[in-house]
Amino acid sequence: MPKLAYRDALKQALVDAMREDPDIFIIGEEVGRYGGAYGVTKGLIEEFGAERLVDTPISEPAIIGTAVGAAMAGMRPVAELMYVDFIGMTMDQLCNQAAKIRYMFGGQIGVPMVLRTQGGTGRSAGAQHSQSLEAYVMHTPGLRLAMPGTVYDAYHLLRQALLQPDPVVFIEHKSLYAMTEEVDLSVPPPAWGKAVVRREGRDMVIVTYSRQVHHVMQAAETLSQAGIEVTVIDLRTLNPLDFETIRAEVEKVGRAMVVSEGAMTAGVAAELAARITEECFDYLEDPVVRVAGEDIPISVSVELEKNSVPGPALIEDTVRRMVA
Amino acid sequence: MNREARVAHSRKSNSDLLAHYTQMQRVRTFEDRVGELYLRGGSAGSMLHLSIGEESAAVGVSAAMRAGDTFTTHHRGHGIFLARGADPNRMMAEIGGKETGYCRGKGGSMHIADMSLGHLGANAIVGGGIPAVVGAAMVAKRRKTGAVSIAFFGDGAMQQGILYESMNMAALWDLPAVFVCINNQWGMGTRIDQATKATRLHERAKVFGLNAETVDGLDVLDVAEAAARIVDGARTGTPGFLAVDCYRFFGHGRKDKSPYRSPEEEAEGRAKDPVLYARQMLRDSGMPLTELDAIDAEISAEMDATIDFTMQSAEPANDTMFRDVFAPDQPEPEPVRTRLDRVLARE
Repeated sequence: MPKLAYRDALKQALVDAMREDPDIFIIGEEVGRYGGAYGVTKGLIEEFGAERLVDTPISEPAIIGTAVGAAMAGMRPVAELMYVDFIGMTMDQLCNQAAKIRYMFGGQIGVPMVLRTQGGTGRSAGAQHSQSLEAYVMHTPGLRLAMPGTVYDAYHLLRQALLQPDPVVFIEHKSLYAMTEEVDLSVPPPAWGKAVVRREGRDMVIVTYSRQVHHVMQAAETLSQAGIEVTVIDLRTLNPLDFETIRAEVEKVGRAMVVSEGAMTAGVAAELAARITEECFDYLEDPVVRVAGEDIPISVSVELEKNSVPGPALIEDTVRRMVA
Repeated sequence: MNREARVAHSRKSNSDLLAHYTQMQRVRTFEDRVGELYLRGGSAGSMLHLSIGEESAAVGVSAAMRAGDTFTTHHRGHGIFLARGADPNRMMAEIGGKETGYCRGKGGSMHIADMSLGHLGANAIVGGGIPAVVGAAMVAKRRKTGAVSIAFFGDGAMQQGILYESMNMAALWDLPAVFVCINNQWGMGTRIDQATKATRLHERAKVFGLNAETVDGLDVLDVAEAAARIVDGARTGTPGFLAVDCYRFFGHGRKDKSPYRSPEEEAEGRAKDPVLYARQMLRDSGMPLTELDAIDAEISAEMDATIDFTMQSAEPANDTMFRDVFAPDQPEPEPVRTRLDRVLARE
């Protein structure tokens, strides 16, 4: 089976989708001539031209706003936000406009756009280029949210995102771009909005997504050698949220924890833990535990950065203490 | 153009003026009835921003637009939508939050929209609707539809960064986009000169490479002429900006009595009344008072009916609350009450 990088899977998804749908175009900073800050759109301008790879000035609010208008006018823009950290610049266009237009206007029109961006730690990029801000998006009704953790999902979730009738925020992880996996992209993907159980075990259910899937899988491997078996759920999309898969696994196992790179307080892990507690209380032997990012900004220091977010050791240790 | 010159103008101009007058009077009368609906308790909330005194901007610019053109408006945009052909009954019903409204009661005064008339939406965020016209104009250019897209906003939005990002992109890409600032001198309780030193607003747009003008809003024919220049320019590839100088006759919202401005200023501002001015021009050109009164009476009846229509319309059914968060083929969000029933039933 061929090896493919996460970055190249994303590019392939864009190329395949753009060949099929002439209404798709990419708009953002450095997406065309430069090829994307992380190289995802490199070379695309040669095939699709500057009309479909629209290089913009550094104007994040207007990039998203332009995409909103173009989507309303019948096209399917992929707006690229170079870092999710810049989402604050775009909050009005994303959350007050894109997310609410269908509802406010009584269902007259939708905004079928994809906001592609990337987040997370791992490159010593500092406090303003390393955040995991998915909770902002998940907290806003009207937005879909996809966060691929694997090469296969990078391809298929992006293809699926480009078929959605509503705005999708698609957050890649900057530490995964160079990751390669042997994948067969021709295997049909799970339905949009479905979680995938990456591993099954009797002792603990770990719900996670994006890069943390790999940390959790690594911890699961180590734990398995010690006779502790965990179930790993990769959510893949946070909206839609596949709670049925979480429920089914938690009811089987009776223990759950949530692993997220985002800051812990009022974050995605908090929401998932609350929901599991509320919905599966009768099946739980212990409180649902959150393993999440520290409630601090991210440092440039490699050591401080690494220890600001969950890693395999913390996940493994937490499981051991819970199942002891 | 002065009044004498205008009166001497062609028959064509006179028929334009009558059409403009009629539209402006419809806008003013509609907004007067909006106030009445509020007093009768039929409006959904009190966030009603009237454009009385600004009618020439809505009507004059609309006259330069064609079917197929798109536009966004601000929180004070009733007049623009009416001038573009909105059904006043459905507008009023939307302001009343009724199911017969343009947005089934979910949008209201500040989020009204109608795709069939090219209205991409009113906006309650100052400047929030501006960049959408860049996107719509980009699509119009790419598809060669010949349409322009126009953002309407107030002087308050002149101090929002998104306007400059949007004008810059429109100019950079030679888009058929127009930015219309209805400068009523007041952003809520802040006068334009309390918000900026650079009060010659169109000069800012020129810097970015747009065709840009300021026009006095007193004479709707002046506005229409300036708008035609700017909109036609955009249609042929040079985006434009038009500032229409006028005065906000009343407070920011229904409850605002404008204590922050002087009665003298208000008197002077209200003397610049584009509706009365047009009426007087029609009189000067020989139109009998009885004819004008007959037009006004017809408009009055039309707008009276909007209140009855609204008061008789039903509230939207409660289960529509969960509709249209996402596309119709997507599952609706689970209501809190349903979830509680489900979660608590187990105990």
